[in-house]
Amino acid sequence: MFTSLSSFEGSLFDDFRRVAREMDQLFGGTPWPNGIRAVARGTFPPINIGSTPNQVDVYLFAAGVDPNSLDISIQQNLLTIKGERRTTAVEGATYYRKERVDGAFHRVVTLPEDVDPDHVEASYRDGVLHVAIRRREAAKPRQIQVQ
Amino acid sequence: MSEAIEVTTQQPKALQESTEAARVIRPPVDIFEDDAGITVQADLPGVSKERLSVHLDKDSLAIEGTAEIPVPEGMQSVYADIRSTHYQRSFSLSSELDGDQAEATLKDGILTLRIPKRAQYQPRKIEIRVG
Repeated sequence: MFTSLSSFEGSLFDDFRRVAREMDQLFGGTPWPNGIRAVARGTFPPINIGSTPNQVDVYLFAAGVDPNSLDISIQQNLLTIKGERRTTAVEGATYYRKERVDGAFHRVVTLPEDVDPDHVEASYRDGVLHVAIRRREAAKPRQIQVQ
Repeated sequence: MSEAIEVTTQQPKALQESTEAARVIRPPVDIFEDDAGITVQADLPGVSKERLSVHLDKDSLAIEGTAEIPVPEGMQSVYADIRSTHYQRSFSLSSELDGDQAEATLKDGILTLRIPKRAQYQPRKIEIRVG
């Protein structure tokens, strides 16, 4: 519960660890270690990551966040997204359900080694933050001509 | 803590679901009541106005939406917390709520639905006149 306030995500490109995390959820513990920056599933905001030969795309499902208040930074291949989401607190109202996350969040994503920190673009639409990080030219697959 | 329990009990079921379409996200909600009515707020990131349906009848409320996230062509999923694009949640209502007067707004993926109480159920202040 408390981990959702300050959370880390890592080793995302390691299938083995991803399976380990899922097993962890199923059986409540595994003999093998988790990624050092990995967090439990269910942490706010949820993240999806995709990759193409040209870029890596990170999607943050964070509804109701002021995009200008987000602190997005990239150091080498470590992407850090910090922000705050405040839910409306109505004075004197009776709350029946309070399931939505209220407060600061912090997520760290380990990207592949070949990303270019100088070419990062971020956009926010309908509550989804999309961060696109370009890959370095040298890392792209190339067709080699036979002489 | 209840949230954590819910997640673990739902996980095995979610893994059994073989098709992507069969999975449905149950969006988190806040529900609160004041003297004049009830407010429901739901997190529906990725859902635009066109792809959201709020169905309200005499005794039930159903929220349904589909997230639309443009992705680059040929993208391969590397990691996914969100494994469905379909949101669904419903509630039963009580008779003092006036569904006809309900108002819904969607901003940055948050649905805010305000359902006022019928006039006769709203608390009235009774003035005392000095005779």
